[in-house]
Amino acid sequence: MKKDLLSIADLSRDEITLILDTAEAMREIGQRPIKKVPTLRGKTVVNLFYEPSTRTRTSFEIAEKRLSADTLNIAVASSSVLKGETLADTALNIEAMQPDMIVLRHASSGAGHLLSRICRSRIINAGDGMHEHPTQALLDAFTIREHKRSLGGLKIAIVGDLLHSRVLRSNVRLQTALGAEVWACGPATLVPPGLDRLGVRVSTSVDEAVEGADVVMMLRIQQERMSGAFFPSLREYFNTFGLTSARVARAKPDVIIMHPGPMNRGVEIASDVADGPYSVILEQVANGVAVRMAVLYLLAGGQEGD
Amino acid sequence: MAVVLDADRIGRTLTRIAHEILERNRTLDELALIGIRTRGVPIARRIARAIHDVNGHDIPTGALDITLYRDDLMRHPVGAQPLVRRTEIPFSIDDRRILLVDDVLYTGRTIRAALDALIEFGRPRAIQLVVLVDRGHRELPIKADYVGKNVPTSLSQSVQVHLDEIDGRDEVEIRES
Repeated sequence: MKKDLLSIADLSRDEITLILDTAEAMREIGQRPIKKVPTLRGKTVVNLFYEPSTRTRTSFEIAEKRLSADTLNIAVASSSVLKGETLADTALNIEAMQPDMIVLRHASSGAGHLLSRICRSRIINAGDGMHEHPTQALLDAFTIREHKRSLGGLKIAIVGDLLHSRVLRSNVRLQTALGAEVWACGPATLVPPGLDRLGVRVSTSVDEAVEGADVVMMLRIQQERMSGAFFPSLREYFNTFGLTSARVARAKPDVIIMHPGPMNRGVEIASDVADGPYSVILEQVANGVAVRMAVLYLLAGGQEGD
Repeated sequence: MAVVLDADRIGRTLTRIAHEILERNRTLDELALIGIRTRGVPIARRIARAIHDVNGHDIPTGALDITLYRDDLMRHPVGAQPLVRRTEIPFSIDDRRILLVDDVLYTGRTIRAALDALIEFGRPRAIQLVVLVDRGHRELPIKADYVGKNVPTSLSQSVQVHLDEIDGRDEVEIRES
């Protein structure tokens, strides 16, 4: 493993498999009467969150506590883009207190890379702008593997706001690396240029993307990142791209429906689908803790060339 | 390289240990076997089978991975982290007599880690230790209750246990390392 986890591109195929296998072992800890192991005793992990987050921050914090690390949460409640100097200064001040790892969520793409250059601590990217969210992709892969045994040869349709989605970028890298056929689908205004160069099939028809899919992953419409009008109305978006039971029926009979959360019910996904029998959305949340425990454990060790 | 136990001797040794366990534990209802990964697990299963062969009693068997409890994990963070495997204890250990099973007893540090791990699953009535080979050189005050074979070794030697389930053959050998 490298020093930091900033992008799925930092991981080899073998390392991805190692993380997922380790997560299998970590999951069992959550089912014990005492949900804690002493592994990271004496290690300090700082959760530095510049964007609001419930799921990811809670998930990391539970993972850290289950491994007995000392955790510290710094939530910078501000949606404005902070200047590079400010982030660097904050990081250096935190560094002065000798943490071992920093989990960073930031609105600017590449924020983790900046910290990686100036910090001795290991940096885990918990979402940087529109770039990547590697632990989300890992927990998604873990969940898919649980239902489908392997990602190789699966048709995975990722549908929604492709432009603003770091979850998309991390997932595309990971899923294609593990041999899945990935389809990305959204309105033309929300398709980032050059997406096809990542090895995905790009479509603007949900019906086409979902047809025969093993996995359908819905992405949230990120209105907070939208500066202009990308589609006429939420209702029209739902009618054209929302996941309804009728559309689910086009997929394989054993399809699983995923969503990284938070969901906009009635916008990208119909309520009955979100709560329906194919939905594994809450399993994703549960698996997030095990996957993050695996990442924390594996990064806490040495690195190549130590 | 010297073979200290061949397949036949391993088989007979485990049968003998099964009989010793039966002899020392009047009631079998509260017994459970927990093997330490990797090679303690097949040994625990074989002992369970041997006990079943004697009196038809099925003793619940689990697998314990102690990696996350090792005392040397984060001390010298050089190189990759050791592989963590699954712990599977599909029964409550509360008030049971636990037979903890490992292949080789050496420094005692693995057993220390295993005891720490076990205690977090509940409060057993007692924990007894079963090992196939005791090679000496303890660094902690730990002693086995059932020993397959005491093998005097020097610190420069290593004891290799091969089991059919994992290695395709049954053999215990000593190597100069």
